[in-house]
Amino acid sequence: MDQSDIAKLANLARLDINETTASEVAESINGILGLVDQLQNANTDGIAPMAHPQDAMQRLRKDEVSEENVREQFQAIAPEAEEGLYLVPKVID
Amino acid sequence: MQWETVIGLEVHVQLATKTKIFSGASTAFGAEPNTQACAIDLAMPGTLPVVNEQAYRYAIMFGLAIDAEIGKRSFFERKNYFYPDLPKGYQTTQLEQPIVGAGQVELNLSEDRTKTVRIHHAHLEEDAGKSLHEDFHGMSGIDLNRAGTPLIEIVSEPDMSNAEEAVAFAKKLHSIVTSLGICDGEMSQGSMRFDVNVSVRPKGQEELGTRTETKNLNSFKFMEEAILLEVERQIDVLENGGEIVQETRLYNGDTKVARSMRSKEEANDYRYFPCPDLLPVELDDDYIDAIRNDMPELPEARCERFKAEYQLSDYDADILSGDMAMAAYFEAATKACGDAKLVANWVMGDLAGKLNTEELSIGQSKVNAEQLAGVISRIKDDTISSKIAKDVFEAIWNGEGDSADAVIEAKGLKQVSDTGALEQMADEVIANSPKQVDNYRNADADKRPKMLGYFVGQIMKASKGQANPKAINEILLKKLDELL
Repeated sequence: MDQSDIAKLANLARLDINETTASEVAESINGILGLVDQLQNANTDGIAPMAHPQDAMQRLRKDEVSEENVREQFQAIAPEAEEGLYLVPKVID
Repeated sequence: MQWETVIGLEVHVQLATKTKIFSGASTAFGAEPNTQACAIDLAMPGTLPVVNEQAYRYAIMFGLAIDAEIGKRSFFERKNYFYPDLPKGYQTTQLEQPIVGAGQVELNLSEDRTKTVRIHHAHLEEDAGKSLHEDFHGMSGIDLNRAGTPLIEIVSEPDMSNAEEAVAFAKKLHSIVTSLGICDGEMSQGSMRFDVNVSVRPKGQEELGTRTETKNLNSFKFMEEAILLEVERQIDVLENGGEIVQETRLYNGDTKVARSMRSKEEANDYRYFPCPDLLPVELDDDYIDAIRNDMPELPEARCERFKAEYQLSDYDADILSGDMAMAAYFEAATKACGDAKLVANWVMGDLAGKLNTEELSIGQSKVNAEQLAGVISRIKDDTISSKIAKDVFEAIWNGEGDSADAVIEAKGLKQVSDTGALEQMADEVIANSPKQVDNYRNADADKRPKMLGYFVGQIMKASKGQANPKAINEILLKKLDELL
């Protein structure tokens, strides 16, 4: 992982990583990747990939309305709201 | 050079559940902004999603309808990207092990032309919220009511080769999901949205051309227009020595203009990984068989039944059974008035015409099945003529009365069958038309029935269309024959 990989990842994750911290981050991520490399050496022939570490099944919920309107509470802690809408800096593709 | 078009579709279908896919918040359409967005939908810290069983059942029903393998083990993954109408920063969706595997859909393109379109898979996922970009002093307004609404995304193979086939495929999917009752099919409310992948290649070439994806088309008409436009654009670019860029495009149905949204260079890297908040879903054969045994009637079966039960022609049965809401309307009206053929003619004629002009779905019709049956019943019992019936229909449509009887009463449209009144009118017309009477008398017997039309027309005019045509015919024949 070099600095440009870190810059790309930081952009995707919307993280503010500057040039000084980038090398630090690269170092620690490379450390993790080293661990992953080590894991890659384990023999996994015939072992199905795991979707979840817990050996359990998802419980399914009945299709019944159980939530009430809590807009007032949530909008009270929002930076900005108007006419029932949350306001955010303008984004258009 | 001759070009060949290759089209594949990704179709988002909103499932008609009462609640969200991962929360107990309501999915009812048209609520005040953000009143149906709970802590889970808003991605508040410490919340945990729980899967809605009905969303799973609906997805399985779709899978069974297209003869697909059902994923007995499926799981959710996170598709990571940032957009304000996606509060979690990822969409919970399925990738590696979706609920519905490969299947197929049969299309009837015309009398003798059919086509099979393969479905690659269909997966469950959550919808995002809505962004409103106008009128907020330079900010965007976010409504998260739609966030977390269950969707199935149906991914087709690139098996279609023109706009006609793509539209037929889209309509077939609409027919299937509405017949199953798993989606309300209201396109104008975004209940079904289409992403269209289009590429062109020189005729006979094996390798596919570079494709573009036109996103979020929400009507069959816009879809057709967008495909025709994009095919033309691509051929134009290639014939002028250019190259097609793999990109996402948007089509504006109002302005009929398409534009590029983002090119592949800036394309997102979604970094999918299994969602740690959700465990895999495992289903056994008994569970799936129980759903299979409880499947509603599918469009093909309904079409056959319409032909057998109502003696409809292939054409009528195909049209009326194709759209679930239309089929239900037709059956309700037929049941209420007992004349399938007349109902079929009205539904495909006057009603379809009205809906078309006002761009309404049949669910939004201003004349309901019972009201139409009322109009037809009054034709059948000779209270009104077919011509007056159109006025009665129009009046109900315009809200001038809530039943045929009310309109007929209020406007005095009852057909005149009273023999005395009709005889008087016939006498007057005969007295006022000496030339036509002479012509009638001098004509050959086999020409006379045709000549009767003039007299009938005069009486209809005098009665403002309210005279009973059958009765007039009889009276006129009798009176004119007396003069021979």
